[in-house]
Amino acid sequence: MPRVLIVAEHDGGRLNVSTARCVSCARALNEAELTIAVCAADPGAVAAQAAQLAGVTRVLAVANPANTHALAAVLAPQIVALAGPYTHVLGPSTTFGKDLMARVAGLLGAPQVSDIMGIESPSRFRRPIYAGNAILTVEAEAGVKVVGTVRMASFEAAGGGGSAPIEKVALSVELPAHTRFISVSAAKTDRPDLLTAARVVSGGRALGSAEGFKILYSLADKLGAAVGASRAAVDAGYAPNEMQVGQTGKIIAPELYVAVGISGAIQHLTGIKDARTIVAINKDGEAPIFEVADFGLVGDLFQIIPELEKLV
Amino acid sequence: MKRILVGIKRVVDFNVRIRVRPDGSGVVTDGVKMSVNPFDEIALEEALRIKERGGAAEVIVATVGPADTQQQLRSALAMGADRALHVQADGVIEPLVAARALLKLVEREQPFLVILGKQAIDDDNGQTGQVLAALWNRPQATYASRLEILGDTTARVTREVDAGLETLEVDLPAVITTDLRLNEPRYVKLPDIMKAKKKPLETLTLAALGVEQRQQLKLARFEPPPQRQKGIRVKDAAELVAQLKKKGIL
Repeated sequence: MPRVLIVAEHDGGRLNVSTARCVSCARALNEAELTIAVCAADPGAVAAQAAQLAGVTRVLAVANPANTHALAAVLAPQIVALAGPYTHVLGPSTTFGKDLMARVAGLLGAPQVSDIMGIESPSRFRRPIYAGNAILTVEAEAGVKVVGTVRMASFEAAGGGGSAPIEKVALSVELPAHTRFISVSAAKTDRPDLLTAARVVSGGRALGSAEGFKILYSLADKLGAAVGASRAAVDAGYAPNEMQVGQTGKIIAPELYVAVGISGAIQHLTGIKDARTIVAINKDGEAPIFEVADFGLVGDLFQIIPELEKLV
Repeated sequence: MKRILVGIKRVVDFNVRIRVRPDGSGVVTDGVKMSVNPFDEIALEEALRIKERGGAAEVIVATVGPADTQQQLRSALAMGADRALHVQADGVIEPLVAARALLKLVEREQPFLVILGKQAIDDDNGQTGQVLAALWNRPQATYASRLEILGDTTARVTREVDAGLETLEVDLPAVITTDLRLNEPRYVKLPDIMKAKKKPLETLTLAALGVEQRQQLKLARFEPPPQRQKGIRVKDAAELVAQLKKKGIL
């Protein structure tokens, strides 16, 4: 019977919703046991949140000042020390999880299934390859411990209402000092998180400038939406990197995705193909984005977006 | 000698439209254009720039793959790498096997920096750099968008993470994986292609390195992704809003 260990993603005080999505993935394994590991400087608050997720058997709280910032090289040996009894070790397919879990897999000598999008059995998993242009089913050897990263757009967040016991764990593993956190810079925003927002308005190079993006922010605020961007727009400096949607940016699955001035390169479409409804607004009626759009509107975005903002 | 080792992979060119074989045994690769994985080109470009600034004496490219992979090694030599190492292997090479082979090369060449792409655009695994760093017991800085070498002992790396930009300091030697905005790789000129033919390319095998080609994940089935149904065109913003309201989205 599968025994699953999930590595919690958090910012020191709040559990990231990515962990609740990993819980849903773990439950699709028909697990016999589901443990969440919280490694932090002071894991109390995050562990309490993790304990409330429905279906969790227990939470392991590992306190260590070295865990103040999430560094893969520091976290990996701690996860390995906890991983012994588990058949599956899962983390989110976010930059946090992708960075960390492969290091864990390396230390364990275990295979990693990246971007798990579906579970056929405890040893058979579905995952996208070639920027989502093919779906691959992989099968692990029987009895092999599997490390996995969970594709966020494929699993709903698990609900709350649980009350799993929290165990404090003291680990005696040597942690490296060769990697040091210096800083993180992120634009402060009151808008919803791009990865989990129900509505996303996204802009491409056709916006023309960072200034041009302002009409999108304005529409997004009216809709209660997050704002995303194509790679071309980020490369051009119109939007910061954390807004990039696509194969190498964020993979998202909002209820509504509005692509504005985005032509729709396959690398971008990979990031949005699980959106419930896609709207494309573009002056080029031949743009590939219209192939995947539920509603397409050909025209001048600088005229259409302000109109749209008045109507919603 | 101060060396940088760059890992590259031969992949289906990013412009090729991927088709799954009807029998589900793989994707069509016969007669398809193959290239150096774009993220690995960025890795090589970064290594070359460090060398050109005087920060390294030699740039070595290495790959694990079938005989044909030598084409991509020659491309890398034409870009400016000094020599190439080809660990010849057929069939599926999992990240753990690739990383074990690279570790053997690292032990032999003693680079102060190993740079790889953050993922290959074929299998999208995104593991090899981190696995190598784990096996080597050295720092990793993934998704780099800026890399500064500070003297002989440390590097400062800016990483593209979900929250924004994170800066780490790592002791050398270290493993770096590249993101798109680290640099823009140079174009190769014809004389460089000619010169590359004379540069050293050494062929090795996994067996000679003492690495077992183990496959822990069987590739059971390939399928095309589900297609989205083609939608409708609307004439203006008002009709768009009406349609979205009708569907219960607004």
